[in-house]
Amino acid sequence: MGRYIPNGDAHRARMLDEIGVTSFDDLLAPIPARFRLAPGALRLPDPVSELDLQRELDGMAALNTGAGMACFVGAGAYDHFIPAAMDHVLLRSEFYTAYTPYQAEVSQGTLQAIFEYQTLIARLTGMDMANASVYDGGSAVAEACLTAMRVTGSHRVVLAGSLNPRWAEVARTYLGRSEFTVAEVPFLADGSLDAGATEGLVAGGCAALVVQYPGYFGVVEDLRPIADRIHAAGGLLVVAADPVALAVLRSPGDAGADIVVGEGQSMGIPLSYGGPYAGFMAARESIARKMPGRIIGRTVDRAGQTGYVMTLQTREQHIRREKATSNICTNQALMALANALYLSLTGETGFREVALQCYHRSHHLHDRLLGIPGVRPCFPGSTFFREFALEFPVPAARLLERLASRGILGGHPLPGLGEGALLVTATEKRTRGEMDRYVEAAAGVCGEVTR
Amino acid sequence: MRTIFEMSGGGRCGVSLPELDVPEAAPLPADLLREGPIGLPEVTEGETMRHFIGLSSLNYHVDKGMYPLGSCTMKYNPKHHENVARMPGLAGLHPLAPDALAQGTLRIMRRLEEYLSAITGFPGVTLQPAAGAQGELCGLLLIRSHHIRRGEGHRNEVLMPDSAHGTNPATSTLAGCRVVGVRSNELGEVDPEDLRAKAGPNTAAFMLTNPNTLGLFESRIGELTAIVHEAGGLNYMDGANMNALLGIARPADMGFDVCHINLHKTFSTPHGGGGPGAGPVACSADLIPYLPDAVVTGDPDGGCRLERMPWSFGRLLAFQGNVGVLYRAYAYVRSLGAKGLREVSENALINANYMKARLRGHFDVPFDHGPCMHEFVLSGDRQAARGVKTLDMAKRLLDYGFHAPTVYFPLIVHEAMMIEPTETEGIEDLDAFVEALLGILREVQEKPHLVTDAPVNTPVLRLDEVTAVKELCLVEPRKEAPAGN
Repeated sequence: MGRYIPNGDAHRARMLDEIGVTSFDDLLAPIPARFRLAPGALRLPDPVSELDLQRELDGMAALNTGAGMACFVGAGAYDHFIPAAMDHVLLRSEFYTAYTPYQAEVSQGTLQAIFEYQTLIARLTGMDMANASVYDGGSAVAEACLTAMRVTGSHRVVLAGSLNPRWAEVARTYLGRSEFTVAEVPFLADGSLDAGATEGLVAGGCAALVVQYPGYFGVVEDLRPIADRIHAAGGLLVVAADPVALAVLRSPGDAGADIVVGEGQSMGIPLSYGGPYAGFMAARESIARKMPGRIIGRTVDRAGQTGYVMTLQTREQHIRREKATSNICTNQALMALANALYLSLTGETGFREVALQCYHRSHHLHDRLLGIPGVRPCFPGSTFFREFALEFPVPAARLLERLASRGILGGHPLPGLGEGALLVTATEKRTRGEMDRYVEAAAGVCGEVTR
Repeated sequence: MRTIFEMSGGGRCGVSLPELDVPEAAPLPADLLREGPIGLPEVTEGETMRHFIGLSSLNYHVDKGMYPLGSCTMKYNPKHHENVARMPGLAGLHPLAPDALAQGTLRIMRRLEEYLSAITGFPGVTLQPAAGAQGELCGLLLIRSHHIRRGEGHRNEVLMPDSAHGTNPATSTLAGCRVVGVRSNELGEVDPEDLRAKAGPNTAAFMLTNPNTLGLFESRIGELTAIVHEAGGLNYMDGANMNALLGIARPADMGFDVCHINLHKTFSTPHGGGGPGAGPVACSADLIPYLPDAVVTGDPDGGCRLERMPWSFGRLLAFQGNVGVLYRAYAYVRSLGAKGLREVSENALINANYMKARLRGHFDVPFDHGPCMHEFVLSGDRQAARGVKTLDMAKRLLDYGFHAPTVYFPLIVHEAMMIEPTETEGIEDLDAFVEALLGILREVQEKPHLVTDAPVNTPVLRLDEVTAVKELCLVEPRKEAPAGN
């Protein structure tokens, strides 16, 4: 028995009798004796009560000292405000304890919510359609590369050097097959894509050029000339976009992108040390049948009422097996629901307001930090949206340690750009007071060297 | 129901944000800006709640009733674990926080690695894969890396039985391998002779679900894994059916080299309407050096850190995996302990065998030569002969207030109906489900149209999937802009 198991000894005896065996061990007959563990052979810590477990976890949480700090780290995951209403929906058993909506007639809630999610993502990215999510931003980039290969027939992709290095590594892991090649195009001193080098790398045909928007270092660049360049070479433009930036910036679809992917964590999903997040994936309509993962479509039932089903399933692993467009089965459905809920709550005005506050707060911090002697921008003259790279006159590790002692997670080191280089962001949650503390502490550390 | 877009209008907004307490920066250059509205809804918090709660009421779910989907392990999801995953000290941690500031989470992960190691018998564990299919990819990449490093990169064939889950062949293709099918024998198990004939110098791996997708334990498993090892290949266990084996048998002992575990099946984390899950991978010592970046190492009661293995094959996700799911699984193992986990599997086996015994006289039961494990497969052939398909019976079950079992899988059984009750159902619920199925069988005899017309007691009737494909509608069309806008 136990908290989660209803059948006790008496029930078990009755059931074994109905089965026609005398003891539980008879049910293990198909397992060769040498592979059977004796009861008690499995060694794990003794079980604890709910209360004791909560105490234990309270202790664990207290060791996560970084969780309580003012977070100026971004680099692919952002500390945004999450409205209280969110969890009241996400904790509905109807949503979180349901399975994949294979029985559509009793899954219309999940199906319609995901249809609305697809619509929201398509509108935000400026694309015609979206799928029901993949695992995260990194796997979304990888799946976009594979999709572009299916569309174009080419086995070569080019990644921007200003793509999140973790996403690039996921893409390289997924594209490790011997027949695939992955090239990287460098960026210029202002953080923009090296147009000349791109020209050379995409010439002769390639499936896709993958750029991040804004780039990993925060720099915003006009995608339109980039789109023209890759299209002229017969490839697709894949844009890995920050969804919050898309509230304000020209949509990638409008700029000529063919596939737009990204990390949905910024839209109502807690940081939770990296997951569960949700990768979004949107595309032009002509690409829909080559997309990976679940896709929800609208249809009618026998009485003509509107309803929703999983559609284009002949792309998927449970039907197509080794010829499927992807192996994905379980995706991030509940996190996609969180995205849909967040974009509904914030809506047209609220989501823009979140984006603009990120913009203004980041710029304020940027300008204040540049006021510290010895601090300089890594990409002078560039435009950034909500994240920026600065070079401090002290080693990044030392600066971050000092900031942490003041309760501040100060940023993510960029050793490739310099010993003192740091990627910093400020979301709508970061207050002026926290920024003052940041600047004061940073000025103190920098002053120790420059003096 | 109306969509959220149809409710929208009037500049409404469902959130309030703090006032901007810093000066406004100079605006972005105009040529970088979005033209026109995004097209997001304009609704209040209350309207949003009504909409999504309204949608929720259209769903079937585990907290409503039995969900006997074979191979999916739809067990009860403990409520405390939802609170655990939402604790500010756990949910609020940035994935790039330095190790020294993340010791609580790293310790939980390190301990969970140890627990999964004890349960599977393997020394190596990565918690990174986000789902079972990504765990499969991880496993095959470990195996491929191992062969390549030994100068045997030509090994690119993955052997698997014809009863395999669809993810197995799809993953093999993704990993750059070729699928080689192996026959099942008259017992519903892998035919050792066919495996022997097909294993060879090009074999990278043998992929097997055990218990297999018929719910049967592969009784000659030691022989099967030895055949593959002799041919120079490695054995991968798809751990989708691990709920049968907790404290009962360990994949490592059976000759497997690597396996994945679905935390969202065996370890009670919720399915979320299709995800998120988590698919940790456990492996032999030989494969540890190739594990994806990064593995949590160190003392589970002291300092833990993220460490890149020397020959790591790369990275499957941007960060360390679906950590929120890992917290729940950790809480599950801590709550049950070794004894409780064995009770889980014992009761899963008893429940499945009990239901099979009760249904045996009424349905064809293929490969019924002994006990099943945690699930079993019926065939609706007898009923199909009367013009009622398994799909019809599945839909009729919805009318009776149950979720349907998995149907038409595995592919080697006609009109298959795959039933997995899990251990969290009591005898009363099992009996009620059996009675519902027997009631449907009576309808098949007497009033078959009730079954073929089903469902009728659901929010919508049977949906037209053909039209959904032919006239693709994947997003809500934008409203025409009002005149003068």
